[in-house]
Amino acid sequence: MMTLPEEEFAEVQADAERLRVPSRTRVVAGRFFRTRQGRLGFGLLVFMFLLAFLGPVLYPWSYTDMDFSAFMQPPSLDHWFGTLQTGSDVYAVTLRGAQKSLIVGLLVAVLSTGLAAVVGSFAGYFLGWTDRTLMWVADLLLVLPAFLILAIMSPLFTGGRWPLFVIMLALFLWMVTSKIVRGMTKAIKEREYIKAARFMGVPPSAIIFRHVMPNLASLLIVDATLNVSAAILTETSLSYFGFGIQPPDVSLGGLIADGSRTALYAPWTFWFAAGGLIITILSVNLIGDSLRDAFDPGAKGRA
Amino acid sequence: MSGAVLEVRDLEVCFGDVRAVRGVSYSVEAGEVLGIVGESGAGKSVTSLAVMGLLPRHAKVAGSVLLHGTELLGAPEKDLAAFRGKTISMVFQDPLSAMTPVYRVGDQIAEAVRIHQKVGRERAAERAVELLDLVGIPNPRQRAKAFPHEFSGGMRQRAMIAMAVANDPDVIICDEPTTALDVTIQAQILEVLKKAQRETGAAIVLITHDLGVVAGFADRVLVMYAGRQVEAGTVRDVYYRSRMPYTIGLLGSVPRLDAGKRLPLVPIEGNPPSPSCLPPGCPFEPRCPMAIDECGLAEPPLTEVAPGHRAACVRADEIGDSGPTPAELFDVGGGSGTTGPGFTDTTASADAEGGAVPMPVAVPPFPVRLPRERRDVVLEVEGLAKHHPLMKGAIFRRRVGTVHAVDGVSFEIREGETLGLVGESGCGKTTALMEILELVRPERGRVVVFGRDTATLTPRERMAVRRHMQVVFQDPLASLDPRMTVHDLVGEPLAAHGYKDTGPRVRRLLRLVGLDPADAARYPQDFSGGQRQRIAIARALALEPRLIVLDEPVSALDVSIQAGVINLLEDLGRRLGLSYLFVAHDLAVVRHIADRVAVMYLGRIAEIGQVDQVYEAPMHPYTQALLSAIPIPDPDKERERRRILLEGDLPSPANPPSGCRFRTRCPKFKVLGDARRVRCVEEEPEVRMLEGDHGAACHYAEKLDVV
Repeated sequence: MMTLPEEEFAEVQADAERLRVPSRTRVVAGRFFRTRQGRLGFGLLVFMFLLAFLGPVLYPWSYTDMDFSAFMQPPSLDHWFGTLQTGSDVYAVTLRGAQKSLIVGLLVAVLSTGLAAVVGSFAGYFLGWTDRTLMWVADLLLVLPAFLILAIMSPLFTGGRWPLFVIMLALFLWMVTSKIVRGMTKAIKEREYIKAARFMGVPPSAIIFRHVMPNLASLLIVDATLNVSAAILTETSLSYFGFGIQPPDVSLGGLIADGSRTALYAPWTFWFAAGGLIITILSVNLIGDSLRDAFDPGAKGRA
Repeated sequence: MSGAVLEVRDLEVCFGDVRAVRGVSYSVEAGEVLGIVGESGAGKSVTSLAVMGLLPRHAKVAGSVLLHGTELLGAPEKDLAAFRGKTISMVFQDPLSAMTPVYRVGDQIAEAVRIHQKVGRERAAERAVELLDLVGIPNPRQRAKAFPHEFSGGMRQRAMIAMAVANDPDVIICDEPTTALDVTIQAQILEVLKKAQRETGAAIVLITHDLGVVAGFADRVLVMYAGRQVEAGTVRDVYYRSRMPYTIGLLGSVPRLDAGKRLPLVPIEGNPPSPSCLPPGCPFEPRCPMAIDECGLAEPPLTEVAPGHRAACVRADEIGDSGPTPAELFDVGGGSGTTGPGFTDTTASADAEGGAVPMPVAVPPFPVRLPRERRDVVLEVEGLAKHHPLMKGAIFRRRVGTVHAVDGVSFEIREGETLGLVGESGCGKTTALMEILELVRPERGRVVVFGRDTATLTPRERMAVRRHMQVVFQDPLASLDPRMTVHDLVGEPLAAHGYKDTGPRVRRLLRLVGLDPADAARYPQDFSGGQRQRIAIARALALEPRLIVLDEPVSALDVSIQAGVINLLEDLGRRLGLSYLFVAHDLAVVRHIADRVAVMYLGRIAEIGQVDQVYEAPMHPYTQALLSAIPIPDPDKERERRRILLEGDLPSPANPPSGCRFRTRCPKFKVLGDARRVRCVEEEPEVRMLEGDHGAACHYAEKLDVV
């Protein structure tokens, strides 16, 4: 039987401190942060989060406050980003809106892409009944009028129940991607490394998460990046029609919709919210691009 | 005819900054066969494409190509077209992509005729049939009406040759004409080429990586390395009096059919240089065991070392004087030199007193083993069968037949033993392997792994069996997940079986297979073919298995790299007491590594037994033909051998012949009397043990020395 020398084991253990285990997570993270794009995107997103959640803490105005002495005032020391027609402080409402949009956008993207990946790859890997059931559900959701259902359900989203809104939004975004994932999984399943893993004794669910999904990473990351903007825009259009996030709560989409009417003569009502949205989506795209390159062993810019 | 038909002088080809071919010169005379050998990336094919003027536009070609004294390089396309196909023609490696799929084979050959000869349509069609007959296609008149996809690989290559000789060319360039074919078909095609040459008197330029083919067929040889010719001369000079260390190494690294384990393989360390960053000196210098300081300074010119024998090596004269064997030159000792850096043979001395420094203890190269009968049976396969249904119809799918991929295969592997399962493509060896690896109840028969019948395994037991049975696939690039780091790949079986801290163990495994543990953070695509296969082997070893199933583990590798992997497998098997099931189509490799061998034909075992017995005295006519078809890289020996040529192709496994499956191609069946033939037609022969455990599935088995 195999008797590997013990001394060698000891020697290897000695250098274990020097060499950290180069697992995929570490390598991908390392490669992600080595690119300027990745660092920039990550930095911007962190900055947006910090601004949205810590920015209002020391600021005298809250998003519900209204300054009846200042309507439509340009930025000043008192109101950093100016005020709206109602006397609301633009800085306060923009940050409040950014909080909601960041959370809604990112959560919906992660949830819907994750759901698409899981459903698609399980259907494509196991085929048979699993496939038929999952794809039936996907087809069903595809034919349902998403906007109408969200509009009807909108009373349920009030009063701090926005997670339900996030879930519903995600539920209507995953189907098309899951079909693509299913098709690609069927192709990947025939690859030899999947066979190798099976013969090694790796359980099917581990094969899906460890081999199938990373090989779909490019698709999934692009999809998630697109879903962030899709979620924010859907939320905006819902809010525009009076559904979605309801006043007095605000979202970036709602602010932009309101601000666009006054943008020409009071640009501060529009540009701060729009800028916030642009920076958010830009940072997500930068992160997505670098993450895709970091996952792809063939990409350029390796160290 | 006198003088050279084709003369190439200082040919250089550049793709951008990459110099693919650097100063190749050769000439061939009428009726002469020039072999160009080298590993992949050596520039062999680019050279021939440059001669034909078929390189893409962005390739820069310099030098001179003279065909009957006419310069071809830089000639207008119209003039070239007049030469191509008429005076100089080409046979490509892949006959499927070299023929237009939508035209009939006969029409394509007739087209080749009509382009260069003023003959009528009917006459050209007639000539096409004659040509098909010449290259040995049965029923040429009917087959001329077939489409390329209806031809088998061997028949397509015959048709390609027919097309190449259609206009009685003076030069035929064959680019790896037999690489994609099975050995018995390869032997047929080489015969056809010889015949075509006799008929046309053409000069042949044979490009191949197979040293055996060149040894038997070529008059002169040109060895290429990194875009240059490093040695050229007559076949006997190059094979018996090699002056260039690369040639010596190449010859030493080929597993030979006529030499078993006695002759260790000689791997050449390292990899060929990338053509985009060549070393300043001799391109072989980094891998050369004889390199001296002078080698790294400038590239040695190709100089005449003996009449008609040229070599590009500063120490060619020394080599000529001493004449070292490959093993001496590359310093291969008892077999432990192959494990690479970082591994030392040491054994644990757990009971060493007072923490004394453990001393390395040499492991005996051949541990004492129990006789075969007393060792445990690791894998037992009995009457294994796998049939694929043949379905037809898009809406109403119905079964129209059955492919008998594997049809009753039995063998056993004992502890510490290597069984080679060989056969040509389509014989069912890979299907048999997959059936074993699935570890479920087979369609028919029984698979018993480590004493457990796979039909009765619970999922938990199956997992336990998997732990001790691992697999290495043919193409490491396909079997290693491209998105995983080497560490994750090698550690995966460990993780799957519940090990926590895999880091140290993975590093130890990498060291064991001769890789640098610091490479663990890289991806498989950053490695060369041989290194990738080492990663796959490390992964297979991770769980300390008892049985490793190897599916063509070296057939995707170049010979010099292949030798290293074979030596590694041999070495590991011996030291760790592993059993191997080694599936391969290359019988020479199997002879080198296996203890026992099973030859498969059309889903059944034709012959099984100890390697030496089977190779030295094969009893089944198929084994005899198979062995005789494999070329040996030894010109004298190769030319003296008697070749048993099989006729036709493998019958379809959907409709195997009745009785003995081999009888349609069997040379013995042909010479039998009618009374004895009846038995072959009616009764399917079972494997009979004829001499000890050497058995053959033939009613009239007889020993014959063919190697």
